Amino acid sequence: MKRNVSSAWRRLASDKLAMISLFVLVAFIVMAIVTPWVSSREDINPVNTGDNPTWASPSREFLLGTDYLGRSVALQVMWGSRVSLFVGLAATLLTIVIGALVGITAGFFGGWGDAVLMRVTDWFLVIPFLPTAIVLASVLERSIWTIVFVIGITSWPSTARLVRSQVLSVRSRLYVDRARALGASRAHLIRRHIFPNVLPLIMASTTLAVPISILTETTLSFLGLGDPTEVSWGSILNEARQKGAVTRGAWWYYMPPGVAIVMVVLAFTLLGRALETVLDPRLRER
Amino acid sequence: MTLLEIRDLHVTYRSERGDVPAVRGVNLAVGEGDTLGLAGESGCGKSTIAAAVLRLLPKGTDVRGEVLLDGEDVYAMKPGRLRAVRWTGAAIVFQGALHSLNPVKKVGWQIEEAVLLHTKVSGKAARARAQDLLVRVGLPADRLDHYPHQMSGGQRQRVLIALALACDPHVLIADEPTTALDVMVQAQVLALLEELQREKALALLFITHDLSVLTHTCRRLAVMYAGRIVEEGPSELVFTDPQHPYSRALAAAFPTIGDQTSRMKPQGLAGDPPDPAALPTGCPFHIRCAVATAECATVDVELRDAGGERRAACVHVGASHVGDDQFGDGHV
Repeated sequence: MKRNVSSAWRRLASDKLAMISLFVLVAFIVMAIVTPWVSSREDINPVNTGDNPTWASPSREFLLGTDYLGRSVALQVMWGSRVSLFVGLAATLLTIVIGALVGITAGFFGGWGDAVLMRVTDWFLVIPFLPTAIVLASVLERSIWTIVFVIGITSWPSTARLVRSQVLSVRSRLYVDRARALGASRAHLIRRHIFPNVLPLIMASTTLAVPISILTETTLSFLGLGDPTEVSWGSILNEARQKGAVTRGAWWYYMPPGVAIVMVVLAFTLLGRALETVLDPRLRER
Repeated sequence: MTLLEIRDLHVTYRSERGDVPAVRGVNLAVGEGDTLGLAGESGCGKSTIAAAVLRLLPKGTDVRGEVLLDGEDVYAMKPGRLRAVRWTGAAIVFQGALHSLNPVKKVGWQIEEAVLLHTKVSGKAARARAQDLLVRVGLPADRLDHYPHQMSGGQRQRVLIALALACDPHVLIADEPTTALDVMVQAQVLALLEELQREKALALLFITHDLSVLTHTCRRLAVMYAGRIVEEGPSELVFTDPQHPYSRALAAAFPTIGDQTSRMKPQGLAGDPPDPAALPTGCPFHIRCAVATAECATVDVELRDAGGERRAACVHVGASHVGDDQFGDGHV
C-alpha cells in the first residue's frame, strides 16, 4: 500500500500541469486556513472601515485596493475563499456520496429497486436546477449549510446515473462471475470488485463536481441568495456589480474574486484529470 | 469414488423470444483422479454445464435435474453452504484469461482473495500460499505484484490455474482453458493441467471444442450436440472410430499430420448448429447428417450401447452396427 502511494505520487509529480494545479490549490487552501490568524473578520465589517478611503486603487496599505465602503478587497477575497472552498468541497462530498450510493445500489441489485431508484433520479434530473436552487435557498434558512444542501440535492442525479451505468457494465464482466464462483458474498463483490472499478469514475466526477459546486455557490451568492452575513467570492462579485465597479473602472474590485474562481476551478479540473490517469493502472503506461 | 455427478440436467434460459433449452437431459460422472472431456460446437451447452455445476447461471434460469458434488446436491444447498462449497468443492479455470481477472487488482491479491474467502488465515499466510501457487504453475514469485495487463496470455492462464487450486478443490472444471493461446503455449498449459491433475488426483471436467486436445488429456470423452450428449466413450476410440455421424464430422475436421489427402481435403461440416430456441424435430442433427433416414426426422434416439464401452445416440448405432459400413466410405 505504502509503495502504491509513493509510486502514484512519482507519476503525478512527473506531470507538470498537475503539479502547478496542486500548488495553486494548496496555496488557496493554506490561505483559507491561515486567514483567521493573520487578520480579523472585523477588519472587513463596514462598521470599522469608516476611516478607510473608498474606491482606492491598489496601494501599499491596501494591496488590492478598497471597495465602496472602504473595505480591503484583498481581505474580502481571503475571507471569501473560506466560504467558497468549504461550500464547494462539502457540496461535492454530499453529491458524490448520494450519487455513488444510489448508483451502486441500483446498478448492482437491479430489478424493481433499480427501477424505483432510477425514476426518483429522473425526477430530480428533470427539475430545472436554478429555479429549484433559488426556491430552496429562499425558503430555507439563509446559511452556508443551506447552500451545501441545495447544491447536493440538485446535482447528485447525474453522478448516480453515471455510476449506475458503469456498475452495470462492471457487474457483467467475467471477473465478477469468477469472484462469485469463488464463493464471494454480495458485500464482498461490491467492496472488492465493483467499487474499485467505478472509483476512477467517481474520482473523475468528484473533480468535475468541485468546480461546479464552487461556481454554483458563486451563482447563488451573486444572485443574492447566499448567507448575507458571509463573504464569498460570489457575493463580492455581486456587490461589485451592484455598486458599478465596472463602470468606475475599479478593476481591483471585480478581478481578484473572478480570477480566484477561475484558478481554483481550473486547478481542480486539471488535477482531476491527472489523478484519473495515475489511479487507473490500465492508463498508467501510456 | 464419484466426486462430480450430473443427473438428467436440463437448463432452460428464459429470453424475450421465449424459452431456450440449452442443456437437455445430460448425465455425467467424474471420479477421483478421472478425466472427462466434453466437446462440441459453440452454443451446444458445454459452458452452461460448467456454470450450472456451481450454480452460476443467470437469475431466473430454469434448472432441473441434480448436480451432486461429493454426493451433495448443489441445487438443494442453502446460500451459506453454497458459498462455502464454491471453489472448495469444485473450482473453474475460466476461458478468456484476460477478462476473468480484475484489471485493477494485482494478481497476487486475486489469489489471496480466494484463500481468504474460505480459510481463516492471516494476510501473510495467504500471500505465502499465493506465492507457492504461482511458483507451482511455473511463474516467478515476483509476478504476485503484477497487474493482469502486464502479463502475457499464457501467464494469465497460469494465474487462473493457480487461482483454481487456491482452495484445494477435489473437482476442477476447465472451461476452454486454452482458447486464444498459441499452440506452443497451449501445449505448455495442457501439460501443466495434466501434471496437476495427476499430482492431486483431481476429478477433471475438461470442456473444449478442440477434440485433439481432449484425446490427449482425457481418459473419457463426451461429445455434445444441441444440449445433449450424442456420444461418449474412451477418448482414443471416440476420436479414431466415432460412431455418431456428428462426432465423425468433428474428428474428420482435424487433418492427420503426414497424410497428404487429409491435408488437401479437410472435411468440414456444412451448416450451422441449430438454434436452441427452435430445435428441429426428431434427432436435432438430422438436417446436417449425411446418413439421415426418414426415421431421423421424427425419432430422437437416446444414448445406446455402441460396443467397446461406448454409447452413441444414433439410429445407425446398435445391433446393426457391427460390420456395417454406415458411412459408405470404407470406414467401419
